[in-house]
Amino acid sequence: MIEAKGLTKFYGKHPAIRGLTFHAQRGEIVGFLGPNGAGKTTTMRILTGYMPPSSGSARVAGFDVLEQSLEVRRRVGYLPETVPLYPEMSVREYLAFMGSLRHVDELEQRVGEAIEDVDLGSRADSFIGNLSKGLRQRVGLAQALLHRPEVLILDEPTIGLDPAQIIEVRRLIQELGKERTVLLSTHILSEAQQVCNRVLIINRGSIVAEDTPENLQAQLAGAERLSVRAAAGSAELSGLLRALPGVREVRPGAHDGEVEVSSAPGVDIRPRVARAVVEAGLDLLELRTIGISLEEVFLQLTQEEQAPPVAGSVDA
Amino acid sequence: MRNVWILARREFTHYFISPLAYVLSFFFFLVLGLVFYLSLSAGIAFGQIEPDGRVVIGWMVWILLLAITPFVTMRLIADEQRMGTLELLLTAPVRDWELILGKWLGSFGFLLLLLSVTWVYPLILHRMTQPGIDQGVLVAAYAGLVLLVAAMLAIGTLVSTLFSNPWAAAPVTAVVLLCLVILGNASATSEWARQVGFFQHYQTFYQGVIQVSDVAYYLSLTVFCLFLSTQVIQARRWR
Repeated sequence: MIEAKGLTKFYGKHPAIRGLTFHAQRGEIVGFLGPNGAGKTTTMRILTGYMPPSSGSARVAGFDVLEQSLEVRRRVGYLPETVPLYPEMSVREYLAFMGSLRHVDELEQRVGEAIEDVDLGSRADSFIGNLSKGLRQRVGLAQALLHRPEVLILDEPTIGLDPAQIIEVRRLIQELGKERTVLLSTHILSEAQQVCNRVLIINRGSIVAEDTPENLQAQLAGAERLSVRAAAGSAELSGLLRALPGVREVRPGAHDGEVEVSSAPGVDIRPRVARAVVEAGLDLLELRTIGISLEEVFLQLTQEEQAPPVAGSVDA
Repeated sequence: MRNVWILARREFTHYFISPLAYVLSFFFFLVLGLVFYLSLSAGIAFGQIEPDGRVVIGWMVWILLLAITPFVTMRLIADEQRMGTLELLLTAPVRDWELILGKWLGSFGFLLLLLSVTWVYPLILHRMTQPGIDQGVLVAAYAGLVLLVAAMLAIGTLVSTLFSNPWAAAPVTAVVLLCLVILGNASATSEWARQVGFFQHYQTFYQGVIQVSDVAYYLSLTVFCLFLSTQVIQARRWR
């Protein structure tokens, strides 16, 4: 449904994105994860036909974004980063206007449904200018859903929402993602982890990693880590655990009597650790796994990229 | 084409919820009404009312249109840019020229509405005088006004595409329009200047004559400015 090949965009001499290649299928929710200024918005603007790429090509819903821009735009629902709304219109008027531009059939009914989808029923006739930021975000989302697009492109869809609304919007996106293609950008890692089937980590205009959130975590974590706390000194505990088979590294934890143990990949050392501590006559107080979070993966990946890559043969 | 109507309708109705449009209309009709009243009073005082419809749609309308056009067109595109809604319109399945044409048409509708109300003055004059006013001249003068308004609005639309702040677009539009008026008006300037300027082309309408060359002048100016506006929007995408 979305197929990007070597997308590159220069703003003047500055490359915003460089050779992005990725794809997204129907029924997939793909997350664009990256720090601010990584090129997420630029990529989305190209995919929605707002601006052409400097080089490379992209097909959305089977149409070329450059050659068949109108066809693409008919099939895409887009929520830009700064939600574009007309404050002097009511929610219903605004959606009716956008729907008429998109030639939506049975407009009135669809507007009603979209309003229900984002749970704005009670504010449908309020002026947009009087709505809170969270509600405006939902109006923008309703606008993107209105014409039942095959592809939804959402730029930071949960920004500015309160926690309850965030959960609600994520649930809605997951619902929508079942039969459509959703590409969303976020810099909230837990969001990508929860909502997306696949995550593209983008940094300085390039994709640095691409996989399911689980795989990304596993791939970079490599080893399992344990936090062990016992009624003993850290040094004593370290010495004891370091001798165990399968233990790769033991580091002192935050408190005395607490250590962090990493194991070789795929080895569950928890029973061994527990037994060793007890057999040494110490009281085991705590034993828990510390999974490496996507956050750490993300930092690791984006920091590796800090050294400026060679520009190569890209023309401005 | 359907999109053009949708955009034009929204633009047109937008004028009626903006206080600025009411201020402009108030100003427009206040001055016109005063001019009409004064010329009638003068006519009565001298014992003869000039049976000439141009008393209201003459130079006074010119000055008024010159003053209000920049405010009518300033927000057309500039405001969409300021609010970020241009991104919405440019990612909707709307062609760039449909957007420009729709916006312009909406503003054209608004000024046509204002102009249509000014019919009451010649109508009153017609009732008050014997044998009434020269309707041929009146129709020609109005036709010229409509064409002039179309061209002025197209210029305003073009300027509006260049700015992301409406209040910056307004004075620039005013200056451009003023230049075109001055160019055509100064009899000492070259023939070229008079051909480019507004005035010479309007004078014939004012005398009750509709010339193809004058109609072509206003129409081509309108089309050219709208075409350029579309190009500016397209260039914006490539930026």
